[in-house]
Amino acid sequence: MSNVRVLVGTRKGAFILTSDGKREKWDVSGPHFAGWELYHVKGSPVDPNRIYASQTSGWFGQIIQRSDDGGKTWFQPGTPAGESVTTPEGMPKGESNKFVYDTSPETGKPLTTHQFYDGTPKPWEFKRVWHLEPSLNDPDVVYAGVEDAALFRSADGGQTWQELPGLRGHGTGSQWQPGAGGMCLHSVILDPKSDRIFVAISAAGAFRSDDAGKTWKPINKGLHSQYIPDPNAEVGHCVHHIAMHPANSNVLFMQKHWDVMRSDDAGESWHEVSGNLPTDFGFVIDVHAHEPETVYVVPIKSDGEHYPPEGKLRVYRSKSGGNEWEPLTNGLPQSDCYVNVLRDAMAVDSLDSCGIYFGTTGGQVYASPDAGNTWAPIVRDLPAVLSVEVQTLQ
Amino acid sequence: MIVVVLPAHLRSLAGIKGDVQLEIEGAVTRHSILDALEARYPMLRGTIRDHVAQERRPLLRFFACGEDVTHEPADAPLPAAIADGSEPFYIIGAIAGG
Repeated sequence: MSNVRVLVGTRKGAFILTSDGKREKWDVSGPHFAGWELYHVKGSPVDPNRIYASQTSGWFGQIIQRSDDGGKTWFQPGTPAGESVTTPEGMPKGESNKFVYDTSPETGKPLTTHQFYDGTPKPWEFKRVWHLEPSLNDPDVVYAGVEDAALFRSADGGQTWQELPGLRGHGTGSQWQPGAGGMCLHSVILDPKSDRIFVAISAAGAFRSDDAGKTWKPINKGLHSQYIPDPNAEVGHCVHHIAMHPANSNVLFMQKHWDVMRSDDAGESWHEVSGNLPTDFGFVIDVHAHEPETVYVVPIKSDGEHYPPEGKLRVYRSKSGGNEWEPLTNGLPQSDCYVNVLRDAMAVDSLDSCGIYFGTTGGQVYASPDAGNTWAPIVRDLPAVLSVEVQTLQ
Repeated sequence: MIVVVLPAHLRSLAGIKGDVQLEIEGAVTRHSILDALEARYPMLRGTIRDHVAQERRPLLRFFACGEDVTHEPADAPLPAAIADGSEPFYIIGAIAGG
C-alpha cells in the first residue's frame, strides 16, 4: 500500500507528516532545525529517501541540509566535522552553504547591479535559498532558486553550488527589481521530456531555458501589470508562482500578483484565465496529478489585504484549465479566517485519488484525499507555513 | 585553552553542548579564534562571517571581558584573560524580533 509524506517548511522549523494511502491518520515529526526558518523542503523523485532542506536565518545566513533516510536524520553536505576544510593541495573543500555568484569573465556578462525598489542600481547580494528543485533523473543533482535572484545547481548532493549565470546574464538582469518579499527566484520547474527549465522571479517575471540552464529568455508576453510603468514590459512582472503538469509541458499556469494566467506554448504567450474567481490575487497555483486541465488556486483578497475574501478560506478548482472555477469549502473554515497561503505552500500527491495539500500562515496544514472535494486539517498549530511538498511512497 | 560561547542556534547547528574550548597557537585574536572555530566545526563557516568577504554578519557581535570588541580590528590581540581562558569570548546574536 502506498504512503504519503508531507514535507512542511515553517518560520520556526520543518515538520514531516506521514500517513497511509487513506490519508486520515497522520504522524507528525518535528520540529527539525527548531527555531530556524525553513523556506523549502523537497525530496528527490529518483530516491525518495533523499530530501533537501533550505534552512536560513537573518542572523546566521544560509544552511543546506540533506537527509538520506527519508527525514529521520539530517546532515550538512560538505566537509564533515573534524576533517580539514582544505585539500592536501590547499584548496577549499565543499561547503554546502556557500552560494557565490559567478563573476568570471568567461561567462560573458557578469552583472554588477539590479534595481532597488526606488529604481537605483543595487549590487547583487546573496540572502537565502527560497526553493530547492531536485533533478528528475539524478538524486545528486539539485537546483536552488535564491534571493537576490539567481539559479544555482549542485551536482554533488548539495556539497557545492555553482551558479547558472546565463540567467542573470541574458540581458534584462539590470532591470530586475525586488517584490515585497525580496528579489527572489522562487519557482523552478524541470521538464521531464527535455532540457527545458522554467523559473519565476519576483518581480522580474518568468524565464525559460531550452538547454538545461545555459541560456535563457524572458517569457512574459501577454502579461499585463498595471502597477509598473509599462504594463506590458518584457520584464518587471511580479509572478507569484507557476505550475505545469508533467504530461503536458507546453502548458503553464501562473498566479501573478494579480491575474491567473495560462500559456499553451511553453510561455511564449500568456492569456488570462481568472474567469469567475472572486479575486485573482493570490500566491499558490498547482495542477492535479492525473488531470492536466484541473488547476487549483487560493484567492486572496488583495495585495494590501493578504487573507481570503470575506474571511472564508476557499480553494478554487477549475476542471477546464481556467476561466470556470468552483469553490471548494467542505472542511475549510468559512468564517473569521484571515490567514494567507504562500507561494510554495501547496502540493499534490500522485495516488489514484489525487491528494491536495496546503499550509497557511496560521500554522494549519490541510489535506484533501479526494482532489479537493473534502478537506481536513492534518495539524492546526504549527508556526507560519512557508512551504509544503508531498512525496508519494510505494 | 580559549573558551568560546556561541548563540544557541549555532550550538544546535554544530551539535555543541555547552561552551567550546579551542587550542590556538600564536596570537589570540578574533580572527584566529574564528579560524580555529570554523576548522573544528566546518558547518559554522559562513554563519558568523561571510564566506567571501569574511566580514561579520550584521546581527552578530563579539564581546571580551565585558567589552564590545565588534568594531576592533580582527587581528587586534584580545585581553590576556581571553588568551588564558579565564574569561570566555562571547559571540552574541542581536536581540531583534524573532
